[in-house]
Amino acid sequence: MLLHLLLAIGSALAAPLSRGVAPGDDQVRAGSPVASLGPLVFTGARIITVAGPPIEDGVLVVQGGVIVSVGRASLVPIPEGALVRDLHGRTVMPGLVCTHSHIGGIGGADGSGPIQPDIRIYDSLNVRDSGFKRALAGGLTTLNVMPGSGHLLSGQTTYLKLRGGNTVEDLFIRGADGAPLGGMKMANGTNSLGDSPFPGTRGKSAALVRKQFVAAQEYRAKIAAAAGDPDKLPNRNLALEGLVEVLDGKRIVHFHTHRHDDIVTVLRLSQEFGFRVVLHHISEGWKVADEIRAAKASCSIILLDSPGGKLEAIDLDMRTGAVLEAAGVNVAFHTDDWITDSRLFLRMGALGVRAGMTRGGALRALSLSGAEMLDLDARIGSLEAGKDADFVILDGDPFSVYTKVLETWVEGVKRFDREDPLDRLYAEGGFGAGHDQAPYFCCYGDH
Amino acid sequence: MRLVPRQRGKLARAALVAAAQVALFCAAPAVAQVAVHGQLVYTLTGPPIVDGVVVVVGGKIAAIGKLGEVPIPADFELLHAALVTPGLVDAHSVVGLAGQYNQARADQDQHEGSEAIQPELRAIDAYNPRERLVSWVRGFGVTTLQTGHAPEELVPGQLFIVKTTGATADDAAIVPFSAVAATLAESAKRASAPGTRSKMMAMLRASLIEAREYATKRAPTGGAAPAEAGGEDEDEGGAHGEDASPAAAPLPPRDLRLDALAAVLAREVPLVLTAHRAQDIASALRLAREFDLRLVLDGAAEAYLMLDELKDAGVPVILHPTMQRAVGEADNLSFETAAKLATAGIPFALQSGFEAYVPKTRVVLFEAAIAASHGLGFEAALASITRDAAKILGVDARVGTLEVGKDGDLALYDGDPFEYTSHCLATIIEGKVVSRGERTE
Repeated sequence: MLLHLLLAIGSALAAPLSRGVAPGDDQVRAGSPVASLGPLVFTGARIITVAGPPIEDGVLVVQGGVIVSVGRASLVPIPEGALVRDLHGRTVMPGLVCTHSHIGGIGGADGSGPIQPDIRIYDSLNVRDSGFKRALAGGLTTLNVMPGSGHLLSGQTTYLKLRGGNTVEDLFIRGADGAPLGGMKMANGTNSLGDSPFPGTRGKSAALVRKQFVAAQEYRAKIAAAAGDPDKLPNRNLALEGLVEVLDGKRIVHFHTHRHDDIVTVLRLSQEFGFRVVLHHISEGWKVADEIRAAKASCSIILLDSPGGKLEAIDLDMRTGAVLEAAGVNVAFHTDDWITDSRLFLRMGALGVRAGMTRGGALRALSLSGAEMLDLDARIGSLEAGKDADFVILDGDPFSVYTKVLETWVEGVKRFDREDPLDRLYAEGGFGAGHDQAPYFCCYGDH
Repeated sequence: MRLVPRQRGKLARAALVAAAQVALFCAAPAVAQVAVHGQLVYTLTGPPIVDGVVVVVGGKIAAIGKLGEVPIPADFELLHAALVTPGLVDAHSVVGLAGQYNQARADQDQHEGSEAIQPELRAIDAYNPRERLVSWVRGFGVTTLQTGHAPEELVPGQLFIVKTTGATADDAAIVPFSAVAATLAESAKRASAPGTRSKMMAMLRASLIEAREYATKRAPTGGAAPAEAGGEDEDEGGAHGEDASPAAAPLPPRDLRLDALAAVLAREVPLVLTAHRAQDIASALRLAREFDLRLVLDGAAEAYLMLDELKDAGVPVILHPTMQRAVGEADNLSFETAAKLATAGIPFALQSGFEAYVPKTRVVLFEAAIAASHGLGFEAALASITRDAAKILGVDARVGTLEVGKDGDLALYDGDPFEYTSHCLATIIEGKVVSRGERTE
């Protein structure tokens, strides 16, 4: 491992620090940490910042894992001693943000009950799952990995950066207090119905949720009343602690919901208890766009190649994104991987455009809007100075079927390179692509 | 580009109308008369025609050529599109048996779980031509489907070939019995038997041997039996040798299961065998050799490991949907397999396949698009869902290309049909506009 590391650094230092390097002729190997040593400058590309109109012949300056500057070539100075890549003919856009993913061979709440807020999905996550490689191949850099929808509340979600890592801790996005960030997964409608102790009806589903949130309110009140006195504090309850974080707005609820009436029930519960919510999937969201806008709820949607497959998705419509965008609702896309393949996430934005979304709206829905729904928009989601250097290099228009993701960079480090045979295996598929990833920075070929 | 019928007379006046063609037009029924103008018309028989026109009369293509050179009768509806292709042919689907609601014992007739081997199950008896998934795929240009029983049992039943229109399965059918399906995969395992791959092969061999002996006994001359396993069997096996000498051994009683397998043995229909892993593909080829079957390999996720063997065996492939999930036995599938089959010269078609959850069906146009962008290229990808699919299904005399005399099945697009942001403007089946715009309701 050390030998590989030294070789990587040596070759990078030996590389000419000059302009005019051909596209793809890259001095920095995928996964190598050397990219963070000095300023990296990308010139000549069409840069889709998402924060403003696309920049033709743009310059992107990256150092220390963050964006130093981005703008038109005539306005952005190139730092002394920078490593410059010419990306003429390429397109650069923000790393894609998936607000709803199941990658990682995860297992959340079990069959013991319908509401399990003490479940933390990161305790079950396999960082070597090939799905993470595929996600990078699709241009994804940030994921909200969450348990499934078979419970009213199936556990805490985890927000991950695809840095490559040996443990899930290496992928965490941490808050100011150092705690890993994440949301809470909830669901209503048919998926979370079942035999007792699971609810049998929609009315019971809402009643069980209310009961738990009331308990959390009381738990929070006891803690407040104790005013730090250990004798008055209630016994710790990890499940209620999770819900208190929801009540306090520290965890956004990511709520699986499809049918129009179920969507409205989510809005009702959110207003009753004051929790922050993102509506996920919402096959019938187009029927209640005005109500969603009035509640100021954000929507993370999925578009599928046909309706149906479950009763709640019969009225799924590719125009959902367009209808919500026109109504003034904040819309993001998600893969729901394995429901759709992370390698084809750009395709979902394109299908949104096919059915009437604006190009700008669809690009935002793949990046900045998703970042907002994870409370991460100050750090990711657009190409702006000071944000994380998470970006994708494409060989064409993001919404063309013929376009390929050439490289995916996370915090200034190249994590996917289509020129790399192993990365290409995950991008295209083939024998071995379904196996777990090779251990990070270890043991296999150039990795 | 919008789909707008416009004044047809102008174009007609610009062209000479040959007397023979006039006579042809007059002989046609007075309904559903359309002509199509495309800035590019892909006939699949040669290079695309720039500013091409296709005239459909009485359900068949009557004329095709350059705008201005092909007469268009004044009373025809003339449709315009950026790009025109033959109606798409989806080589393997389950729609019509599988419905959108995905409710067992309600609209899921693609899987009968009572026995491992049921080749007597006819797709035509279960197909719902009014199923929304049928009109859904039609809205993207699909005009012909091979559909039937899903690869969920060792021998799940029959397939048949339909047009995506028609009030009844009988109206829709163009081949009432097109194949017997078989499966060498995890999904064919049962609590009892088969429980292993070897048992699957043993059961297939035993059934085929039983069918061969049955066919021999029922044949008038002791040769291969004519098969009547498909949709047409009004007579009770009269052609099976009941005129034979009274002294001969009594005929075995009619067995619908063995009739269907006898049709496979007689090479009247292919065995469409779903297998993904290389070793299962090898088993499929072995079975085909042992019984001299017309094998069509289906699924074939690891076909890229078996190119020489497939080529040598002359076996065509109905390849898995390009976007099929890379899980289970298909975990090593590749976006590039179609391109590799093309390079190897192995005939193949793409399919929408079988989905047990969401999306309830894939759309073969979308699957071809991904293959096109991953090494296959535009024209070969288009062929894989038109001409080449029709050949593998044996319906190329009627569909798959735009040629005079073939069915007037066309798909109209406002751009490159594989581009994510293009739209299907209209779908035409036998001269009738059956969809206008993609179905989004």
